[in-house]
Amino acid sequence: MRQRGIPLTFDFWNQTAGFQINQTLIPYDTLSSYGQAFWVGVANTLLVSACGIVLATVIGFLIGISRLSNNWIAAKVATSYVEVIRNIPLLLQLLFWYNAVLKPLPAPKASIALPGGIYLNNRGIILPAVEFHAGAGLVGIAIVASVAFTIAFSAYASGVQKRTGKQLPVLAVGLLLHTGLPLAAYVAAGSPWTFTYPELRGFNFRGGQQIYPEFAALLLGLSVYTASFIAEIVRGGIQAVSKGQTEAAHALGLPQGKTLRLVVVPQALRIIIPPLTSQYLNLIKNSSLAVFIGYPDLVQVFAGSVLNQTGAAVQVMAITLAVYLVISLITSAAMNAFNLRFALVER
Amino acid sequence: MTTTLPVAAAFHHEYIPATPPPADIRPSPVTWALKNLFSSPFSCLLTVCFTGLAVWLVSQFLSFALINAVWRGDSEVCRANPDGACWSFIGAKLNYLQYGAYPATERWRVDLTQVIGAILIAWLLWRNAPRRNTAALLFFGVYPIAGFALLRGVEAIGLPVIDTTLWGGMMITLLMSVVGIVFSLPLGVVLALGRRSGLPIVRAVCVFYIEVVRGVPFITVLFMANFMMPLFVPEALTPDRLLRPMIGTALFSAAYMAEIVRAGLQAIPKGQYEGAQALGVGYFTMMRLIILPQALTIVIPGIVSTFIGLFKDTTLVAIVGIADFLRAVEAARIDPNWAGPTISSTGYLFAAIIYWFFCFGMSRYSQSVERHLARGHKS
Repeated sequence: MRQRGIPLTFDFWNQTAGFQINQTLIPYDTLSSYGQAFWVGVANTLLVSACGIVLATVIGFLIGISRLSNNWIAAKVATSYVEVIRNIPLLLQLLFWYNAVLKPLPAPKASIALPGGIYLNNRGIILPAVEFHAGAGLVGIAIVASVAFTIAFSAYASGVQKRTGKQLPVLAVGLLLHTGLPLAAYVAAGSPWTFTYPELRGFNFRGGQQIYPEFAALLLGLSVYTASFIAEIVRGGIQAVSKGQTEAAHALGLPQGKTLRLVVVPQALRIIIPPLTSQYLNLIKNSSLAVFIGYPDLVQVFAGSVLNQTGAAVQVMAITLAVYLVISLITSAAMNAFNLRFALVER
Repeated sequence: MTTTLPVAAAFHHEYIPATPPPADIRPSPVTWALKNLFSSPFSCLLTVCFTGLAVWLVSQFLSFALINAVWRGDSEVCRANPDGACWSFIGAKLNYLQYGAYPATERWRVDLTQVIGAILIAWLLWRNAPRRNTAALLFFGVYPIAGFALLRGVEAIGLPVIDTTLWGGMMITLLMSVVGIVFSLPLGVVLALGRRSGLPIVRAVCVFYIEVVRGVPFITVLFMANFMMPLFVPEALTPDRLLRPMIGTALFSAAYMAEIVRAGLQAIPKGQYEGAQALGVGYFTMMRLIILPQALTIVIPGIVSTFIGLFKDTTLVAIVGIADFLRAVEAARIDPNWAGPTISSTGYLFAAIIYWFFCFGMSRYSQSVERHLARGHKS
């Protein structure tokens, strides 16, 4: 390998990269090193995976529950969604979102204006930016405090229920805490943030927060695709809870909502979580398709640009594989821990 | 006190005519709608929203793909019509999408290979077909070699050699999938057996391989196959540029196949193993004649869904410069002669329909097998 001029050391790590990356979560410019480019790639992969997992879960649960709906048309629409999306390659969907939906949007001058100061154009989605002033930390503390108080109160309430059988209004108290405390802090700190709305100046927008079309296309494609698989898992999980459980709960006089929340969902989650984990892992791995639409994720930045410039194929590929393995391991460990809480306790 | 009925009176001597079903067991459309569409206020809301959504989507699709579409005419006609698909563009590019740059006079070879492949696959999938073992032998043993010889060409028998750089389009997609299927299944079986083996080193190697490959994205495996394989193999032996991603594909899906096969192996009752061993049957004979036939049969749905994934994943070979079907659509889409507002959407819609038919067909087949197996278990 040395004969072919392929480096075998990690010297390249601190050399200047010299290429641009258009969206970075951590500071990066053309003078930064290859090592920094690597961290930019990792951060972008994590960002799109995390957003994708949240969005895919929400869509997937909605579609999965709709498939079981008593409403005929809702069930049919959800079924069609699953059957159509699942059977079309993800790459085709990504290219469609990127090249046929987001790229043909009008130029910034003719942007589509949505309510709330949001603009759509071929350079992405421009949102109003939030500017934090002194005192914003107070609101943050208030939010953390309200979460902590709610957890403490629900623990206390379940203790009371175990001892006396009385139910305390956990939901109402939680809601009150979650709206009241941050609102009070907001007023006390004197409106600690303001929105800056994007303005059209010359050929582009100034101010505001820009979401690049690459990111939007990747996020949309990944979550829409993965949601179709999650929907099937959710449907299977809920159907696997035997009908006798629901009927017994109704016979005991539990209303529909409580039957779902206390009887069906905990048992369904037990079946849902393991395959859901593997879908999350698939989503993370599929985020590497970013390379096809130019979103600077780990593969595009590191296994693409860095590999091409340094030629250090062995080291770069080894590091890339290691990063994906570590992300996969952490995700499955987290989901296993979550699963343990719901698993049947057997002797 | 007991009374005895005359025996003859206890039996009917003629068939009782079938009674018609009760009048209200088949609901009228109105009662059906009340029950399934308007059972509650929330249900009414859902009905309105989803009906609106469905009507909008279907009408958009129909107007784009059929009503306003351009069926014949050149790029000028398509440019003038921004509301409908430009199917004449697909018509003009159809040969390219199917064969890539494969020489026109030799395309019968591709067709022949595909027809033979289709016949063999149909033979394998048809449950009651005679001599399925022969079909398996032909498909997994003879067909890959014969097909490759036919596609690439052998000078000795008068078939001119066609360089793999000219191959492209649908033929690459089908080729990649078939190669993946043909090689990943046996490899997966070997890995699954290795994972359940009693030899610690064999087991450790198999577990490591399966878990690592399943933990990394397919793209990185393709990168590895494309860039690393030439580094470790002497230049004279470096595989062809088309062969490298094929090896990557087969190695990648073998790991997934191994997990499916393992599930099948675990589902076989221990008595089957013990029974075979009690009869003095050796390990390989036992696996070949007793365990694997049962294990593979019950995991057919899983195997088919891995194939569906493999078929969809073949689109990723474009990253290492292979012109598969989707890549051909991309190349055709940006042809300046056809530039127009609807060309991209038309190309993607066409590709989506093609991929959808393949994948949906496979999933339907696996569902029918699943139903068949479920029936078998009940009776």
